[in-house]
Amino acid sequence: MAFQIVASQCTACGACEFECPSAAIKFKGETYIIDPKKCTECEGAFDTQQCAAVCPVPKTCIPVKH
Amino acid sequence: MLSLDAISSVIDLDAMRAKLDEGGCKSSSCGSSAKPDDMEADIWEKIKDHPCYSEEAHHYFARMHVAVAPACNIQCNYCNRKYDCANESRPGVVSEKLTPDQALRKVVTVANEVPQLSVLGIAGPGDACYDWKKTKATFKEVSKYIPDIKLCISTNGLALPEHVDELMDMNVDHVTITINMVDPEIGAKIYPWIFYKHKRYTGIEASQILHERQMQGLEMLTARGILTKINSVMIPGVNDDHLVEVNKWVKERGAFLHNVMPLISEAEHGTHFGLTGQRGPTAMELKALQDELDGGAKLMRHCRQCRADAVGLLGEDRGQEFTLDQLPEEIHYDPAKREAYREVVARERGDHVAAKSVAIAAVKDVVETGSLLVAVATKGGGRVNEHFGHAKEFQVYEASPKGIVFVGHRKVEQYCLGGFGEDATLDGVIAALEGVDVVLCAKIGDCPKDQLTAAGIRATDAHAHDYIETAIFALVMETFGADAGAELAPMSA
Repeated sequence: MAFQIVASQCTACGACEFECPSAAIKFKGETYIIDPKKCTECEGAFDTQQCAAVCPVPKTCIPVKH
Repeated sequence: MLSLDAISSVIDLDAMRAKLDEGGCKSSSCGSSAKPDDMEADIWEKIKDHPCYSEEAHHYFARMHVAVAPACNIQCNYCNRKYDCANESRPGVVSEKLTPDQALRKVVTVANEVPQLSVLGIAGPGDACYDWKKTKATFKEVSKYIPDIKLCISTNGLALPEHVDELMDMNVDHVTITINMVDPEIGAKIYPWIFYKHKRYTGIEASQILHERQMQGLEMLTARGILTKINSVMIPGVNDDHLVEVNKWVKERGAFLHNVMPLISEAEHGTHFGLTGQRGPTAMELKALQDELDGGAKLMRHCRQCRADAVGLLGEDRGQEFTLDQLPEEIHYDPAKREAYREVVARERGDHVAAKSVAIAAVKDVVETGSLLVAVATKGGGRVNEHFGHAKEFQVYEASPKGIVFVGHRKVEQYCLGGFGEDATLDGVIAALEGVDVVLCAKIGDCPKDQLTAAGIRATDAHAHDYIETAIFALVMETFGADAGAELAPMSA
């Protein structure tokens, strides 16, 4: 399981990058991207997913659909 | 006499030096006479070149903001950074975000070209204290190149307490905190959520935490002698009456200045307040609140609510001349222009302050009751030196038994573009001048003058290039003449 960022809505503020406890988020091109292999959904680190909790745009940092 | 007007457009260093040689007084220290009598010398030393902290300095010195801190830890109902636009002038808006390295190139380039530059601020577009690594890296790099530039930040206060000591170490001696409430119930109507200690908080709990952190941060800054300015957004029906309480709280905790700003809430900005139809205050409502707060924490009335990437004197924005693609790869700082400019200002300023205090004392002497609102077209230097049709804003002064006080500014669209006046624009200018009795400008055509007269506003260019206060005193005398001493009231009354 992992989170993903909806690129068209991302403001590229970068808050998720430095809040991520797994260093799973990097700036690429014009937006931030979450590496699903590194994303742990903050399990074991925090109660809530940090990227989603800090993201300023609603429904922009969301769980990957299966 | 040396005229600043003459050199402000001349960015040529040799021309500035030539102007300096014409001046009578050789010592640049004569500018120290600009210090107001009721201010401690050490505080004056801190603010005398800061356009935001000193109304007097804003006629001479410029600020620049670098947009290195895009991340934010709170959501405000008046902010939505998704819709940034080069044509918008309001806080939180930028055209391009910069890395600390890019910011360094930009600051050095501006310092070489804009001799008025005295202050580097980081005001987001997110929060300078929350996006701390970038803020810190930028200040460290820039101070290596330009040691005398003043550093300042603007923050919502939530992440402020943990960085106060580092701010102190980096010689940041001006901090602005945006405080819109001291009552979390009111806060809940302004802040939908905050992100604090790895958790998102909402409702009253969020505002309670924010409020406590803001007060803690303010107290810590005051204890360390860092000057603080409190910005409050005036939101009619939400916190307008409450700002009286905010003013008391921040005064008790040592705030140096309180800046009440009108809410900006156009629907097209996509903010919560914009979309729900929450209106901002009118110019006269803002003035009424500011007048009510008079006597509490000292008010800043010359704020232009500038962008997080603004460059230049307050009221102007030269940001578009310094976009990333225009910056040189290699930078070399040359302090000569800024130094020469400072010397010119030091001389001119003493002269201005002397003229100003004579005019203010005379108005106090002559006017017993009533007041006159005067809108001035100026491009800096404290003089009436802008054409009516070229003005993008008017600075508003009030002559009353208290003397001559700067009370605010009114933004307008330029009436005259390409040599022709637009009637529709003139209507907008007249509306923006609500409550104003007289307009002072360097030049005005007969047609706009007649239309202003029809709207009950007198306009004159008879005092072109005088100091603003000297011109206002002359207005008071010529309007009320020998009977002055009785009542000062608008012409139409």
